[in-house]
Amino acid sequence: MWDLISNLQLGLSVAGSLKNAGLCFLGCLIGTLIGVLPGVGPIATIAMLLPLTFGLDPVGALIMLAGIYYGAQYGGSTTAILVNIPGEATAVVTVLDGHQMAKQGRAGIALGIAAIGSFIAGTIATVIIAAAAKPLTTLALMFGPADYFALMVLGLMFAVVLARGSVPKAIAMILLGILLSVVGTDIETGEERLTFGWMEVADGIDFAVIAMGMFGFAEILRNLENKEARAVVSGEIGRLLPNMADLKVSLAPILRGTGIGSLLGFLPGNGAVLGPFASYSVEKKIAADPSRFGQGAIEGVAGPESANNAGAQTAFIPLLTLGIPPNAVMALMIGAMTIHGIVPGPQIITKQPELFWGMIASMWIGNLMLLIINLPLIGIWVKLLQVPYRLMFPAIIIFCCIGIYSINNSPTEVVLTAAFALFGYTLIKLGFEAAPLLLGFVLGKLMEEKLRQAMVISRGSLWTFMERPVSLTLLALTLVILVVSALPAISKRRETVFTE
Amino acid sequence: MKFTRRTAIAAIAALGVTAVPAVAQQYPTKPITAIVPFAAGGPTDVVTRLVAEHMSRTLGQQIVVENIGGAGGTIGMSRAAAAAPDGYTIAVGNMGTQSAAPALYPNLKYDPATSFTQISVVNFTPQTIVSKKGLEPKDLKELLAYLKANSEKLNYGHAGVGSISYVSGFVFNAQFGFKPALVAYKGTGPALNDLVGGQIDYMVDQSLNVIPQITSGTIKAYAVAHPERIAALPDVPTTKELGVDFIFSAWNAMVAPKGLPKDIQDKLLDALSKALDDPAIIKRYEDLGSTAPKGADRGPAGLQKLVESEVARITPVLKAAAK
Repeated sequence: MWDLISNLQLGLSVAGSLKNAGLCFLGCLIGTLIGVLPGVGPIATIAMLLPLTFGLDPVGALIMLAGIYYGAQYGGSTTAILVNIPGEATAVVTVLDGHQMAKQGRAGIALGIAAIGSFIAGTIATVIIAAAAKPLTTLALMFGPADYFALMVLGLMFAVVLARGSVPKAIAMILLGILLSVVGTDIETGEERLTFGWMEVADGIDFAVIAMGMFGFAEILRNLENKEARAVVSGEIGRLLPNMADLKVSLAPILRGTGIGSLLGFLPGNGAVLGPFASYSVEKKIAADPSRFGQGAIEGVAGPESANNAGAQTAFIPLLTLGIPPNAVMALMIGAMTIHGIVPGPQIITKQPELFWGMIASMWIGNLMLLIINLPLIGIWVKLLQVPYRLMFPAIIIFCCIGIYSINNSPTEVVLTAAFALFGYTLIKLGFEAAPLLLGFVLGKLMEEKLRQAMVISRGSLWTFMERPVSLTLLALTLVILVVSALPAISKRRETVFTE
Repeated sequence: MKFTRRTAIAAIAALGVTAVPAVAQQYPTKPITAIVPFAAGGPTDVVTRLVAEHMSRTLGQQIVVENIGGAGGTIGMSRAAAAAPDGYTIAVGNMGTQSAAPALYPNLKYDPATSFTQISVVNFTPQTIVSKKGLEPKDLKELLAYLKANSEKLNYGHAGVGSISYVSGFVFNAQFGFKPALVAYKGTGPALNDLVGGQIDYMVDQSLNVIPQITSGTIKAYAVAHPERIAALPDVPTTKELGVDFIFSAWNAMVAPKGLPKDIQDKLLDALSKALDDPAIIKRYEDLGSTAPKGADRGPAGLQKLVESEVARITPVLKAAAK
């Protein structure tokens, strides 16, 4: 316990120095401003801003990069809420209720609760990292491919909960998402699948291409159907910040979201991506009136946003304790460390305690900065919504195109996004939803990889999923959820039968 | 002066004579783009940024790194091969894009040996033979015997078809007749994670990637596949000193589109050379488990020879595997 306090003290003295706190502030600010561009997620933002840190000392540089990361994350949520475009997988569920809130003139409250939820989640996650990074790492290492696959199967259950309308349509969308995720080079054989000889998709379709096409562009197309040019917000813009009642409703979802996000975040192989989906599903399941979800329920923003931020932070655990990046953002952080002459790995804690603890403390300071930067900015963001739509939509499209182009410097992906926009528009017209498709797409990639790894390791025996306690538990849980959620449907059908 | 056709020709000739060196003397007059065909933060990106920063100071113009990832780096290299050979677009490829790619990608739009003006190897990263902590064998000899007897029950992890760990593992396993199950991961990180966690048994990967895990004892190192010991792993023997005939280095190389003027090529090589001889960069290379090309290995001729010999060594193994 005393170790923890003295370590955090060391960290705070490093991160709290005027220079480092300033760098953290600067990182958060620039990260937010760049991350707010549609399509420019944390990866693109960090890659773009990496050269800015070259002149700094390693500790300062990493603190600034961490700031950029949080800033970009939060900036992404801002875009999701304001213009219905999820910059990355973890913001997909924020779109569902966040943008609905914005349409009802409650954008400020959505943005505010996202910032506050993120701050609370960030504070708790920082303490978790400081106190339990080592034991959590041991736990994460026990997670093999089979267990991972079972977790993803459980994740697919969320998609059914996510759906607002028809369940069969949602399942169709999930399957289509999984199908889209297999486009690209087979990692085991090197064979190209569904690429039709097109080199540009040899590595698969980028998440941002689908997300921006199906959410952002398709939504614009639909809005343009209305003859009169209209703003995003239909009614009056109400209060700018959440009041006590909003906070009261949101506190429990924030805490639950933090727990779920922290737990999934430290798993290897980008488990953090499941956090927001899981949190949203839990909130919708336990809500007194689940039908409010998708219509602008504040819990649907508070929970997932907290899960997102908590996961973003605990994802640093494998990076800091093992030197192994759990996802693409962390891989970039490792690259940044190497460029600054730090060889990442388990020895960082002992060899460079000021770097390790400084970075952990800076996470908390970074979250505080985000709150300070964003609460006053909310007014400006919300004002953007009042820009006439005829000016707004070309600007969104241009920024989206810049964003997509910047991911891989590839013009083909911009064209591909346009194709997905038409596809997304068709789906809207036919009453299908894009969110389950995106979940299927995100999970599909991981599922296939993990399933095949597990099958190769077990030499083709399916028993491997039953023999491992973790995967067995997860699969059993999936089955229970499936049965439980099927039961009311069955009884309801019986009721309708009887009323007839 | 009377303006005749002859004076005009003379003037043009004179212009031509003086203009060419003038252009080269001035080069570079604007920032240079260095295409890295992989994501920012990877081994090729890190080493490129390291030398590019130094070269920028020598050349007096910024070298801007542009990451164009995809298809094992072949998309970025295709783009580099098609760029104008004016010295303002250069690229840094690796063993995968410059040697293994022709065997893996039948529709490849470039030939590593003929589509580029070679500049030089930027660095070599020797491969290290590693296993999970709990694997029985204590040294390389024991490991080879153990693999001979048990390889069919074991799992070899790699970072995807065409990755360095795939190619080096393939050559290693083929050379000694091992037949492990190949477990594919998306990138070195997840593969290494499962090696530390003991889900897979062994790997042959770039020293750069495995050094932190070796020094902290989370995985076991048997040998570095290199003629000399590397500074970052002083206690790990080399295959050469153990009398095992397996030498394998990954490498990164700087190239430009075909047809780059000789004087620009020289200028770039000179700037790269200055970077490679800088003690600060030598130190950073050592930390990364990398070595700089020396003597005949440095420069266009050395790179051309390397590309040709690596294509000749790797292609048959990969082609045989595909059957």
